Amino acid sequence: MPPTRKRKLDQTTSISNATSPPKRHQVEDLTREEAELPATPQTLTSDKGMDSDDDFNSVASSMDLGEEMSSSVDFGAADSDGDVDEYEDDNTGFETSAKDLVGKRKAFETDFRVYSPQDIQNQQDAQVAEVANLLEQPPEATAILLRYGRWNKERVIEQYMDNQEELLEKAGLGQDIRRNPPRIESVSGFVCDICCEDDHDMESFAMICGHRFCTDCYRQYLTQKIKDEGEAARIKCPGDRCNKIIDAKSLDLLVPADLTNRYHALLMRTYVDDRESLKWCPAPNCVYAVECSVKRRDLLKIVPTVHCDCKHAFCFGCTLADHQPCPCALVKKWLKKCEDDSETANWISANTKECPKCHSTIEKNGGCNHMTCRKCKNEFCWMCMGLWSEHGTSWYNCSRFEEKSGHDARDAQARSRQSLERYLHYYNRYANHEQSAKLDKDIFHKTEKKMTLLQATSGMSWIEVQFLEGASQALQQCRETLKWTYAFAYYLGRNNQTEIFEDNQRDLEMAVENLSEMFEKPTDQLAGLKVEMLDKTAYCQKRKVVVLDDTARKLKEGEWDLIFCTP
Amino acid sequence: MTAPLPKRIIKETERLQNEPVPGISATPHDDNARYFDVMVEGPGGSCYEGGVFNLELFLPDDYPMCPPRIRFLTRIYHPNIDRLGRICLDVLKNNWSPALQIRTILLSIQALLGAPNPEDPLNEAVAKQWKENQQEAINTAREWTKMYAQRK
Repeated sequence: MPPTRKRKLDQTTSISNATSPPKRHQVEDLTREEAELPATPQTLTSDKGMDSDDDFNSVASSMDLGEEMSSSVDFGAADSDGDVDEYEDDNTGFETSAKDLVGKRKAFETDFRVYSPQDIQNQQDAQVAEVANLLEQPPEATAILLRYGRWNKERVIEQYMDNQEELLEKAGLGQDIRRNPPRIESVSGFVCDICCEDDHDMESFAMICGHRFCTDCYRQYLTQKIKDEGEAARIKCPGDRCNKIIDAKSLDLLVPADLTNRYHALLMRTYVDDRESLKWCPAPNCVYAVECSVKRRDLLKIVPTVHCDCKHAFCFGCTLADHQPCPCALVKKWLKKCEDDSETANWISANTKECPKCHSTIEKNGGCNHMTCRKCKNEFCWMCMGLWSEHGTSWYNCSRFEEKSGHDARDAQARSRQSLERYLHYYNRYANHEQSAKLDKDIFHKTEKKMTLLQATSGMSWIEVQFLEGASQALQQCRETLKWTYAFAYYLGRNNQTEIFEDNQRDLEMAVENLSEMFEKPTDQLAGLKVEMLDKTAYCQKRKVVVLDDTARKLKEGEWDLIFCTP
Repeated sequence: MTAPLPKRIIKETERLQNEPVPGISATPHDDNARYFDVMVEGPGGSCYEGGVFNLELFLPDDYPMCPPRIRFLTRIYHPNIDRLGRICLDVLKNNWSPALQIRTILLSIQALLGAPNPEDPLNEAVAKQWKENQQEAINTAREWTKMYAQRK
């Protein structure tokens, strides 16, 4: 993770620009250290973490993204050098967007990087080039091997070294792919098994498995796989039960360019999907992918919010919109709870009883304990649920009041009521902030109008009225955070920390409401409030950071008593 | 028929007529050369032995890129064939290859009759019976074969 790409880039940059050779040993030593210490953005790390052979997988997945860069220099043949240069050119903008190196990191901040499709493609190419060099296989075959191994490079290399034949077979490659470059041929006496055509000059193609088909049929087959089925990484030979995978080079020979583009786009999708450390930004029409090293198993300790270059903030763990400070598992439970009818059922059990005879649900909204079911005309006592006729002369006063069954029933009802009240307490606040955030969004749309108006009435310049937009955005972000603090609080068991949390929550809430109020003021007053509003905006942001930092830190250290079994 | 019949289908049909597979026949309709009446004999030694099963087979427009559609018309007690006669067979779905043919598919279906696979059921009830009391299931299959699958 933070042993990021960025640093790798820096390394490669220096290596390829300066003449000094890469200091590999030094780098290796540092890595050993890093394998033991938790990575922090400040630590100079490298990719050779692989050398320490314990923790193979986890290190592999977090490291290898960057690895290809320095490694490609190490192993690099002429063409991979070219890749490196190209890479730098494409990514000059990274310097500024590298959030991991800027300032001191708060507990709720997560390291991540944003990649454009071109970056992703370069990454893929670089990895393929590196492994291809090492295994002495052509790149298109190497790509198939890597896809088969879900881009776990080290494991692929290891398996290859262990048993080359087996890996090649399993991955859907042949033994002698090197000696048989793909080509389209005309073979005399050939009959295509798909279309049954047998023209003597008909062009045909076969992979090393020898299943030969005419190019028309092959093309039609590939088109269907790519276009209709969205398949790319594992398109097999059309032959019956043949497991050979079509490689990119053969594909290029057979299909038109537009399809090749689609094919590569699909491959890129599987590349990102295959890697735990990469995710597509879920925003509509966004083309970026984000890299983050937070693992699935860490998600109870950390809420990894990442910010895509398209401005969308989302959780890397579950790809929902940012939900700090509430951990993914609780968000999922909470949303489900709010969505399903569990609380309706709870309300029913808290506020109603069933007619003992026909089981209709009855809510008592006043009157005495002598109930007459409207449906079945059964007369019973609301207190003991027994027949009213058995109450004898003690009308309106249930003598069986203290029976144990009645007791238990009331206890259960009380518990239901309490649980409902607790839920509603948090839900109302959660929903209120959600609603307010929506309203704030409307305000945001009106802000621009207000800003123009303010420019006209106060003679302020456009730059000077930007404080309104800043305030509006802060308001929305803080409400979003507040909203999730209530979901978080619902699952929070009381301990020493709870009070601090509630204080922080209240402070933020007050700050938000204050700022929100100012927003409602008529436009002519706004200009006079500029300084105050700027202050309040900054204060809101500060309170938000306090809440998030406190919750994130204690989450990491396991200081919250989170109640996961709450319904 | 608007589009001319592809050479592949003509060849396959010819071969099915001229070199028929023992125990299997497939005859195209006069008015639709993509629609076949199929007859498959229960394989010897299986609980379907002596039965003659009718199926319908249709070659969709994108055949052979897509598999043919096949359905049993004769009722059959089999864990991989449901009440509507639909067949659960890998080569008819994921493992279809354009290099396969009507002939090979029908052979696969005949083989499926010889080797029911209750682990991958389409007909849950039959599969359950097959697993819990195989002898009983086989007897039922025999009865059904006698009842429904006799040559008329």
